[in-house]
Amino acid sequence: MLCSICKEKPATVFLTDIKGDKMHKVDLCEDCAKNKGVNDSTFALADMLLGLGASQEIESASGGVDVKCPQCGFSQADFKKSGRLGCAACYQTFAEGLEGLLKSMHKGTRHSGKVPENLRQKRDYSEQLSQLQKKLAKAIETENFEAAAQLRDEIKQVNNRLASALVA
Amino acid sequence: MDLNQFLVSTAESAQRKGPHDRIVMSSRVRLARNLKDGAFPGWAKKPERVRVLELIRPAIESLPEMKGAFSATMDTLGPLDKQLLVERHLISREHAARSAGSGVILNRDETLCVMINEEDHLRMQALRPGLQLRQAWTAIDRLDSELERKLSYAFSNDLGYLTACPTNLGTGIRVSAMLHLPGLVLAEQINPIIQSVNKLGLAVRGLYGEGTEALGNVFQVSNQMTLGESESSIVERLEKVLSQIIEHEENARQTLLEKKPKTIYNHIGRAYGILANAHSISSKETMNLLSLLRLGVEVGLFPTMQGPLVDELFILTQPAHLQKQHSEKLSAEERDLLRADMLRERLKPVSRPVARPGGGVPGVDKTGQA
Repeated sequence: MLCSICKEKPATVFLTDIKGDKMHKVDLCEDCAKNKGVNDSTFALADMLLGLGASQEIESASGGVDVKCPQCGFSQADFKKSGRLGCAACYQTFAEGLEGLLKSMHKGTRHSGKVPENLRQKRDYSEQLSQLQKKLAKAIETENFEAAAQLRDEIKQVNNRLASALVA
Repeated sequence: MDLNQFLVSTAESAQRKGPHDRIVMSSRVRLARNLKDGAFPGWAKKPERVRVLELIRPAIESLPEMKGAFSATMDTLGPLDKQLLVERHLISREHAARSAGSGVILNRDETLCVMINEEDHLRMQALRPGLQLRQAWTAIDRLDSELERKLSYAFSNDLGYLTACPTNLGTGIRVSAMLHLPGLVLAEQINPIIQSVNKLGLAVRGLYGEGTEALGNVFQVSNQMTLGESESSIVERLEKVLSQIIEHEENARQTLLEKKPKTIYNHIGRAYGILANAHSISSKETMNLLSLLRLGVEVGLFPTMQGPLVDELFILTQPAHLQKQHSEKLSAEERDLLRADMLRERLKPVSRPVARPGGGVPGVDKTGQA
């Protein structure tokens, strides 16, 4: 495979850029890669991996301040360099800048699919709880105390189940 | 444990059959997972990576599926062992470059393989011969569900499983199939196919994954997006696209045989000529020619050849597998000589291709079908 810039020397550096549904491939020889700054430390790997403009997006979301993850100390500059995040908490730290990025690279921005079993239970219990609480409020409002008493017992039960799920 | 003794023999591994294995060489599903606490491997300092490794490794080893598994930390594996695992597509090239603080666990029949501290704390994959994406997903889903009882995963209700690279976020799933597409390549239809597959949000890569060439006409097709779509829907989407690619490949082969039989026989005959007679041959040339030989077997030009032989040679002629049969360290030139020796030897019992399918040996049907 020849270098797509000079078309003379064999390509040894392969870049793939994917943005939305478009994939762009560049094959470069060592010299052209160097000229284009691919091996340069200032070249943003994040741009290469996540699509051009990715590192900028993260940067502008923070208003130019170099935000650092309080959990692991990972900074925006690090993201720009590596295209990777430092730890799970980074997703909160850099949430604002990531949003647009995720939108451009994925089908949606909300997870759909498998949820760990223990979390699924907790989520189910929390949902049940909020439903019951709404019903209880209504029962009290309509002075249906018999139903309210029953609902209160149910809430207690679900609360207990939730507590034991949280401990597990 | 010695990796060489553990690995399934190449002959046995080439015997494995699966649906559509004329075209789909293997199916795989991998999941990326991270622990809730601790930095991702690329950012974690070595003591932290070691701590995570020591937490995860026993958890995996204790799973019923991993009974009798091969388990090692990367610093205890030599470069040759690592390369063997890469050539068998069990670990990534990136993982092979890692050392202390990373590990690999491979189950007895090589259908499940977990990399610890690759880009994520956990990269687990299930492999199956032929087109069996659903089966691979079920297997890895089960392993993951067992593991989540022992480990606390980094998971957010909105973003799903949190991964080091935002491209894997959500399901953390990559569903992929390795396809042998000589028909589409010879018919020069491969590029439009790749482009339309890309448009569907799927990636097409070479033999060894990201950034590699499609040696031997082997392509990997996989999902690109991981957030906002469920695992089963991704599997389903890939299945649909793959069945179309299979159809296109079959059509391309059929059309070539009908319209340009001489071109095809010429390619296959020349491939046989070189492979069976060369005295020095590179790994790259070998793969490209073996691909044509594989096509030749499938269209009935080699009635005396056993199908799995080509697949075995695909693995055996790669650098580390070649090196492992010789005790002294070989240079690339020496490997080329030994590779050619092996090919001549193994192809000796194979008669030259017949002039046309079914024309050589009486009573042998052209595609093995009635």
